[in-house]
Amino acid sequence: MQFSACGNYKTRYEDETTIFPNDTGRVFVAALLVFLATLPWWLSPYLVFVTTLIGLFIVGAVGLNILTGSTGQISLGHGAFMGLGAYAAALLAQAGLPFWLAIPLAGAVTAVAGAFFGIPSLRVKGLYLALATLAAQVILQFAFNLFDSRGGGTSYLSVPEPTLFGWTLDRDRMFFYVVFATVVLGVYAALNLFRTRVGRAFSAIRDNDRAAAAMGINVFKYKLLAFSIAAFYAGVAGALWAYASGVVSAERFTLLLSVEYLAMIIVGGLGSVLGSIMGATVITVLPEVLRVLADSLSQVLPQATHLFLAMRFAVFGLIIVGFLMFESQGLADRWRVIKTYFNTWPFRY
Amino acid sequence: MDFLLQLLVNGLVIGSVYALAALGFVLIYKSSRVLNFAHGDFLALGTFVAFALATSLHLPVVPSILLTLVCFFVLGLVVERVVLRPLIGKEIIAVIMVSVGLSSVIKGVMYLIWGPGYFLFPEFMPDIPIIIGDLYLSPLHLLALAVSAAFLGLFSLFFKHSTLGVAMRAVADDQQAALSLGVSVRKIFAIAWGIALLSAVAAGVIVGSITSLSTEGLATIGILVFPAVIVGGLDSIPGAVIGGLLIGVLENLTAGFIDPMLGVSLRSVVPFIVLVVILMLKPYGLFGTVEIERV
Repeated sequence: MQFSACGNYKTRYEDETTIFPNDTGRVFVAALLVFLATLPWWLSPYLVFVTTLIGLFIVGAVGLNILTGSTGQISLGHGAFMGLGAYAAALLAQAGLPFWLAIPLAGAVTAVAGAFFGIPSLRVKGLYLALATLAAQVILQFAFNLFDSRGGGTSYLSVPEPTLFGWTLDRDRMFFYVVFATVVLGVYAALNLFRTRVGRAFSAIRDNDRAAAAMGINVFKYKLLAFSIAAFYAGVAGALWAYASGVVSAERFTLLLSVEYLAMIIVGGLGSVLGSIMGATVITVLPEVLRVLADSLSQVLPQATHLFLAMRFAVFGLIIVGFLMFESQGLADRWRVIKTYFNTWPFRY
Repeated sequence: MDFLLQLLVNGLVIGSVYALAALGFVLIYKSSRVLNFAHGDFLALGTFVAFALATSLHLPVVPSILLTLVCFFVLGLVVERVVLRPLIGKEIIAVIMVSVGLSSVIKGVMYLIWGPGYFLFPEFMPDIPIIIGDLYLSPLHLLALAVSAAFLGLFSLFFKHSTLGVAMRAVADDQQAALSLGVSVRKIFAIAWGIALLSAVAAGVIVGSITSLSTEGLATIGILVFPAVIVGGLDSIPGAVIGGLLIGVLENLTAGFIDPMLGVSLRSVVPFIVLVVILMLKPYGLFGTVEIERV
């Protein structure tokens, strides 16, 4: 076993693209996975639910980071795509499909929608494209509302609890493992995506799309591919969300969710899978922390009635602005700096 | 026929407000290439500040509106200096997200002070409808139309004839050429933000006095500005005005004719369908500058 290299001994391209340069990372990740697998057995059901939420948002954030961080296409519609996945999964589950079929199918449906709303990327880019995805958000959100109000009044879709071989995977504990496995699979796939031809084409398009086209990359095809991969991840995240919460309604999949997703990848670090994980964790935990804080504050200040709502918006906004101004590379880069420091400690180089 | 006319008039009233809001939005985009997602929130905040000055401090309505306009011009200068200037030259997503962050902070502040409820702007003129034939006109609507038109007229005079206005157009056209002619681009950026917030507040107060005040309702105008500016072209000031009017009329026509037919309210989504169609067919809008890329 090799734990740390004291220099750069890489001689082949394959060495540069390995996921783990040495065994420290492997041991660390294995220990982390084992630790996470024990969580449902000693955490309170509420905290297990929060962890499940973190997991499914990690899936969504990894997807958005492939599109926005690595391919350079801004999407303001990621929340709506997640919603589409949730609705698709709920309908498929009601039709009697098992969850292990409904979740990827919901992802596939969302991927098609994602590719459709990626079509404007053929002609427009940058800010104009951001607005096209904003329109996708508004239109899908409208469709969800329309669906909720079918037959007059509001009726929410309920999702049956997932079952596997006759066992019910209860939402408090066992479903955590479904999300956990999906996160591992999704992260593994994303890490490997960037070691392939497709991943390199994405980076080339982000860095300079005209140069990429000149090198023979079919820019439009790869942009659509990026859109549909991102939407697939969002759809899977939405499907997991549908199963985890048991009820699907339009109000969760607003523009705010899309913005939260963008905040996740900015806080974590654009173009970094590790960053997506860190960002999704921070942004999902934040409202839970604020809720506790607001509850204790409202006992001191009883006149402030909408404290939680206000704090949620204000702190969320301050985090985005703060990260952009002072830590624009995100948490993943800070982690890298810390790691480098300890790699060579006590020397500075 | 009269129904159609009524819808057109209502559409023009609300459209003129969109035009006013879109004008500030385009101004920011044209000078500094920032897509201001916080526009609707600044608009809402301004309206609430004017409301608070008039109700809590018991100032007369018109001076409190004027005071708010001045305050927001200054706020625009400050926001540009403190938040936007450090991000000049950063990638698009940073610039978009900083305005999204600002929007969130403003929402938080507004929820903290006013909460999510509805408020009514103090009445400052008798609301006796004027009836011409079958046409029902509220004097408030007419005033709104007149004020919007006056603001738009003032702005067009400002851009055509004042030195500062010409300098702003020069910066929007070609920053380097403007710099070499001695225009201070920094100053222009700051003033663009000042004017943009000023016009946003004007639009907000008009909407607020026609309908009611709520954080969410007013901030939605910031989202509706996007279809308006895309229809007109992101970087065209006349385009913003025409786009705003078109979206206002379109909304009302949809509400009047298509919604009763289908039984669902398409009103809120039609502008965005138009946005997608325009982006696919004529991406730079009616009057926008077509971005030509040469290698």
